[in-house]
Amino acid sequence: MPSTPTLYRGHEGMWMWIVHRATGVAVFFFLLVHVLDTALVRVSPEAYNQVIGSYKTPLYGLVEAGLVAAIVLHAFNGLRIIAVDQWTWALRHQKLLVWVVWGIFVVLMAGFLPRHLGNVFGGE
Amino acid sequence: MAAPELSQPLPRTRRRLTPALRWWWIFQRVSGVVLVALIFTHLFYNLVLGDGVSQIDFGFVAGKWASPVWQWWDFTMLVLAMLHGMNGMSYLIGDYASTKRSRTTLSALLGAATAIIIVLGTLVIFTFDPCPSGADPQNLNVPLCQELGKL
Repeated sequence: MPSTPTLYRGHEGMWMWIVHRATGVAVFFFLLVHVLDTALVRVSPEAYNQVIGSYKTPLYGLVEAGLVAAIVLHAFNGLRIIAVDQWTWALRHQKLLVWVVWGIFVVLMAGFLPRHLGNVFGGE
Repeated sequence: MAAPELSQPLPRTRRRLTPALRWWWIFQRVSGVVLVALIFTHLFYNLVLGDGVSQIDFGFVAGKWASPVWQWWDFTMLVLAMLHGMNGMSYLIGDYASTKRSRTTLSALLGAATAIIIVLGTLVIFTFDPCPSGADPQNLNVPLCQELGKL
């Protein structure tokens, strides 16, 4: 197979493309479930509280942390994609921007995880 | 085999998209930017402020949806996120579903799921009753229901 000259294949941008798809799919299916669980407020307060109660268990607490991680990655990589499409500077520096996305991800998760896991594992 | 590297980006090519695909391409980007603001606020308010995930129960939802701002916030988030997700998933169907039949079936399922979730979510937000009669008051937002004269 002839290989076209590329800035992309096998590099940061390609891996980020995979991350973007995987996180997008995960968030989409969570969203379906999340609207359904919230819809339980129309059934009864008891039904909603019971199901939401299970979200406060350690297992779901970790799943939620994973979802927040997926959303943060998808969000900032999405902004990177827009920037790369829009500005030649960003196109030239798309690899650097991948590392900027990971940097923002690490900072935000470092802020979020202690708070969230403290609520999940330390609570009541 | 490693591909040879370019030192400069190739010149941009004009892509040809049908008007519908072009509209969705723009929508995906515009909705993406709006969703970043809407969802990060949602996550910060629900999972970081107050007691985080521990505070979320029926009374918490009742307190939020007592305000039209949060109702419209959540409605906008619901519609944009579902359409953004639907369009993203349809890119994947186009890329990975190999037969015309599987593309048609998956697209129909995707469209149906999106429509059902948007309609259901919208009804839930705007027909929500914060103080249903017969509910155990300990599960309700007592100050709100007293203010509404329902407790």
